[in-house]
Amino acid sequence: MSRNVRLENCRIPAAAGMVLELTVNNHPGVMSHICGLFSRRAYNLEGIVCMPVGTGAMSRMWLQVNEAEKLEQVVKQLQKLPDVLAVQRHEGDHPVFAGLTAFTDSPRSTD
Amino acid sequence: MYTMNGARLIIKLLERQEVELVAGIPGGANLPLYEALAESRRLRHILCRHEQGAGFLAQGIARTTGQVGVCFATSGPGATNILTAIADAYLDSIPVVCITGQVPMSLIGTDAFQEVDIYGMSIPITKHNFLVRSVEELLEVVPRAFALALSGRPGPVLIDVPKDVQSAEISFHQWPEPGRRLETQPADRQQLAAAAEMINRARRPVLCLGGGIIHAEAAEEARAIVERSGIPAVMTLMGLGSMPAGHPQALGMLGMHAARSTNMALQDCDLFIAAGARFDDRATGRIVEFCPAAHVIHMDIDPSEVSKLKPANVSLVGDVRQSLASLLPLLECQERRSWWRQIQVLQEMYPMATPEAVVPEKPYGLILQAAAMLGEGGFVATDVGKHQMWTAQVYPLGRPRQLLTSGGLGTMGFGLPAAIGAALANPGRQVVLFTGDGSLQMNIQELATAVEQQADIKIIVMNNRSLGLVRQQQNLFYRQQFFASDFQIDIDFAAIARGFGMPAYSVPDNGELVGLMARLFSEKGPCLLNIPIDREEEVYPMVPPGAANSIMLGGSHVEKCQA
Repeated sequence: MSRNVRLENCRIPAAAGMVLELTVNNHPGVMSHICGLFSRRAYNLEGIVCMPVGTGAMSRMWLQVNEAEKLEQVVKQLQKLPDVLAVQRHEGDHPVFAGLTAFTDSPRSTD
Repeated sequence: MYTMNGARLIIKLLERQEVELVAGIPGGANLPLYEALAESRRLRHILCRHEQGAGFLAQGIARTTGQVGVCFATSGPGATNILTAIADAYLDSIPVVCITGQVPMSLIGTDAFQEVDIYGMSIPITKHNFLVRSVEELLEVVPRAFALALSGRPGPVLIDVPKDVQSAEISFHQWPEPGRRLETQPADRQQLAAAAEMINRARRPVLCLGGGIIHAEAAEEARAIVERSGIPAVMTLMGLGSMPAGHPQALGMLGMHAARSTNMALQDCDLFIAAGARFDDRATGRIVEFCPAAHVIHMDIDPSEVSKLKPANVSLVGDVRQSLASLLPLLECQERRSWWRQIQVLQEMYPMATPEAVVPEKPYGLILQAAAMLGEGGFVATDVGKHQMWTAQVYPLGRPRQLLTSGGLGTMGFGLPAAIGAALANPGRQVVLFTGDGSLQMNIQELATAVEQQADIKIIVMNNRSLGLVRQQQNLFYRQQFFASDFQIDIDFAAIARGFGMPAYSVPDNGELVGLMARLFSEKGPCLLNIPIDREEEVYPMVPPGAANSIMLGGSHVEKCQA
């Protein structure tokens, strides 16, 4: 009962979601750990951007997620990964993805 | 200045972790490691006959001692074979460090002989894993693997080491500190006060002790709470032993094969306190109907377990031993007489075992007989199936770490190698293994390991010539179609054991069981006793998978519930 009420009150527009910004150790297995966590725990991952930071010992990742209900679990599970150094939440869109829509909106020629 | 190759460095680092036993099998990609292992005076290698056996043997060490169990496997099939035992350790939170050989760095990614991506494959079933890309990394990775395996919620860690990294030379000035268990933050004070108030005010509380109580060595603290506050205690399969079975406030296991009275009491409780337990579906049944009238206090060292499946009103995230110890002085002394009267009525109406069920020829009876002969200092290992549930129901477990059983993954084949590991890690103490004919066949090759190591294990094969628990589900839920669950041949397990060089006996039909069991326990070293069990002997009561715990089939005095 209370769960229904809560959902009514905080309905999120379909386009909006949440962006999780992770600071992670930069080595070849990190991406597998993060993406594997999402698929294994059946969380949807809408978009992902990853870039090395500074000298390259660390990377920053931006994960676009759309699972308001499971978000607490996702964050807790991410925080358990030894290679994840920090998790920050951003409501709604994030500028890192804004620039990318130019690429996704125009259909690419395949030839 | 120290100079050595990667393989010797690994062995030295293991010695510095005070590891004594390593279970494993050599192969092409870990031969440098075995060359170094042969030179070690402090490490004793236990050669297994299948890598899965090595993984479970390491678990037997870890489960009985609380220390990290170590196992080795080669690349490719060696590594894939050990994965089931690693997954099993992950689901039961057992500290294991598994070191696999890998093809040389230059061949990684080329589909080389015996190359698999074990790093990728082990991600979802390890707490953490490493692919070591240079010999220097070993100085950090090995101690870190031990710290990770032991700290917080324990679990397995896999280290994949390419062959050329094992052979590469390294010079260094200083040894790293061995990896140790790191302290965790204590639970929040306000939440502790809220929990105490909730317990003091509750009229019908139940404390549920999970595997976390055993990992955290928190049994004494749990018992103090139970006695001070007059709370009945239930245990999950992994928590069995945390309260002695004979304690007047211990209600035994909850869930799918619990005593009817235990599950019925839970239906009525107004406060459910989970301590180091994770609301597994075999324990809770249909979760929305579990303890419907109860508030929930959840104590766990892993924050992601709290409110994962059932929302907690109060959460105590931290070491459960510390949490329980901090809670104790905040609790009022209570007797809770009317709650206990209610529980006693249920217990008298629905006893777990009737007098007819405890004769030595019946499953409960022979388990109790073995318990009497083993004595209190011994360990009890099980495989997975009916014998496991019968043991969990009636074995008078007296202390934490006494029971070794595969809970979360439910791996048939767990028992024999785990029992060997327990025996080797605890010299002078007997280990009884309850297994079934189905489970034993899943790692039967480890009979050779038991004989070679002269492990003091007493194997009791409860032989119903079938995959009994599968057969039971077919009987109850699949139109009695016993397809692929009844074995079509009779196997002479005693003859097979003797073929491995193990003394063995078989109880003839209507034969004298007690005398043969006495011989089993008086034998030096490993010994096997095959005991025929009726195929129709079922495990009752039983909650159908997916149903609420209030729906229990069978068991003694079942007719009283059908009013």
